[in-house]
Amino acid sequence: MVSLSRFSFKVKRDGSVTVSLDDDERNLLRAVFGELRDLLLVDDDDGLRRLYPTAYPNDAERDAGFQALVHGELLEKRLAALDEVEATVDAEVLTVEQLHMWMTTINEIRLVLGTKLDVSENDTSFDPDAPNAQAVAVYMHLGYLLEQIVSALTATL
Amino acid sequence: MTAPLAPIVVDDPVGDTDLSIDSPWVVIVWNDPINLMSYVTFVLQKLFGFSSDKATKLMLDVHEKGKAVVSNGSREKAELDVFRLHEHGLWATMQQD
Repeated sequence: MVSLSRFSFKVKRDGSVTVSLDDDERNLLRAVFGELRDLLLVDDDDGLRRLYPTAYPNDAERDAGFQALVHGELLEKRLAALDEVEATVDAEVLTVEQLHMWMTTINEIRLVLGTKLDVSENDTSFDPDAPNAQAVAVYMHLGYLLEQIVSALTATL
Repeated sequence: MTAPLAPIVVDDPVGDTDLSIDSPWVVIVWNDPINLMSYVTFVLQKLFGFSSDKATKLMLDVHEKGKAVVSNGSREKAELDVFRLHEHGLWATMQQD
């Protein structure tokens, strides 16, 4: 794990973003980006349900129409962002727009992982001996990286 | 309540108001155990141009009360807002107010 005192993402005065991640973190991101791409392309996994939520909870017919309209566009945007984050996973400098894509993509991976792990709001402990310990560790570390990205991007608002 | 002595003349609303008959939709963001509080606040600021204070208050409503209304308007506008929220991974729905 990385030191909590280090900033992994820093927006500079010229608007560029410096990225300080070690090889293990970049390899982790490369792996989970690839897993998300596979899941998105197959497009048939219960873990994806939080990526395409119901819009009309009380009107199944309208919701079906809404989903038919937006599903393909959401998928297309997510795949385009994945192209960008996979192409820049080893970059030491990003644009703010690229960092935004890192943010939404990492958030999508957390949504899928969190859904599969069935996390609850009070899950703060970590059991290294649990059968899903590795997935929980990845989920928590992605949350840590996301927190830093949000912090960096909030400074650009 | 007292009955009016004479018919009351009510001016029809003029122009675009949130109460007009074609703007009865609200967009609701629901609490979920995955999205980070800071992330929800950032997305509300980014998508709707809310101040940090307003976005934080809405985020806390979502977190503590389970949901918050983040926008309203015509059905088309509500659908676009729901789409943009889904694009950012938030759990948003819409309904007629």
